[in-house]
Amino acid sequence: MAPVFFFLASIGAIAGAFGVATLRNPFYSVLALVSHLVALAALFLLLRAEFIAAAQVVVYAGAVMVLYVFVVAYVGNQVEPVRAAGGPGLKVGSVIFAGALAVELLIAVLGSGLKGIDSKGAPYAPGFGTPASIGELLLTRFLFPFEAASFLLLMAAVGAVVLARRRGGLEAADEAEPQRIDFRLPPGSGSMAEGVGDINPTGHLDVRAALTPAAVPAPEERDR
Amino acid sequence: MNIGWYLTVSVIVFCIGAGGVLTRRNPLVILLCLELMLNAANLALIAFSRMWGNGDGQVFAIIVLVVAACEVTIGLGVVVAMYRRRVPIDVDELRELHG
Repeated sequence: MAPVFFFLASIGAIAGAFGVATLRNPFYSVLALVSHLVALAALFLLLRAEFIAAAQVVVYAGAVMVLYVFVVAYVGNQVEPVRAAGGPGLKVGSVIFAGALAVELLIAVLGSGLKGIDSKGAPYAPGFGTPASIGELLLTRFLFPFEAASFLLLMAAVGAVVLARRRGGLEAADEAEPQRIDFRLPPGSGSMAEGVGDINPTGHLDVRAALTPAAVPAPEERDR
Repeated sequence: MNIGWYLTVSVIVFCIGAGGVLTRRNPLVILLCLELMLNAANLALIAFSRMWGNGDGQVFAIIVLVVAACEVTIGLGVVVAMYRRRVPIDVDELRELHG
């Protein structure tokens, strides 16, 4: 059964990766990455890394991808133009480079002569990959990387707040909210507010007062 | 399945991610392709952890997960700041770093 699951999951992972790299709409790319992550979690399960598989689905496919979806929705789905700015030569060159890298890495990995690569791995020990064993390793042998990772997360959270805040050093001066333009009619011109005695309760029109700026009430008074 | 098969999948996913980083122009999609490359490295780490039969590689994979989350946070913050400043969301148009 394991080979069937392996090929299903790896085909899903590679197809999802291909979708991320080639789909034109960023929103679809995010959805392709979610399917890629779920397929990758299945591969992790086949490698008996249960805790990492669960963390992958919960943290990555659940939380980080929601962040992506929010930002894609905020920035707007900007569909890329078909032609790359660097010309078609750059695109073809990049694809050739990626293919050459794949061949080189495959030769390096599969031709490395490690005996374990052609085996199914070490014999399975009970408790391998469970949260208990991972947690024990994290809190004893790898305590310093664990603390460094938590400090890195703190710095990233502070940095994101500084980068994305509304007012501050990153904002340009011309980005202030547009002022409300005063479209108020002068008194005595027959507006609806006058009809209910709002502006000119005495009824007679004082032209001189209407033409002076003081006749127009201040914005705080008008907004009652 | 032999460990070599998992490493092959990891190499293929890594190269798809590298090609995506080189060819795409939207910084959001470039971040997604960086995630692909980090995930391919994670798969290789976990495969080697299975090969040796100890959990060190899995701990390393968790650390990579944390670093990827930090990178996403900062990258998306930069994209939002670019959007606020009306800078085009296109890496070919971005030629200067000063605010």
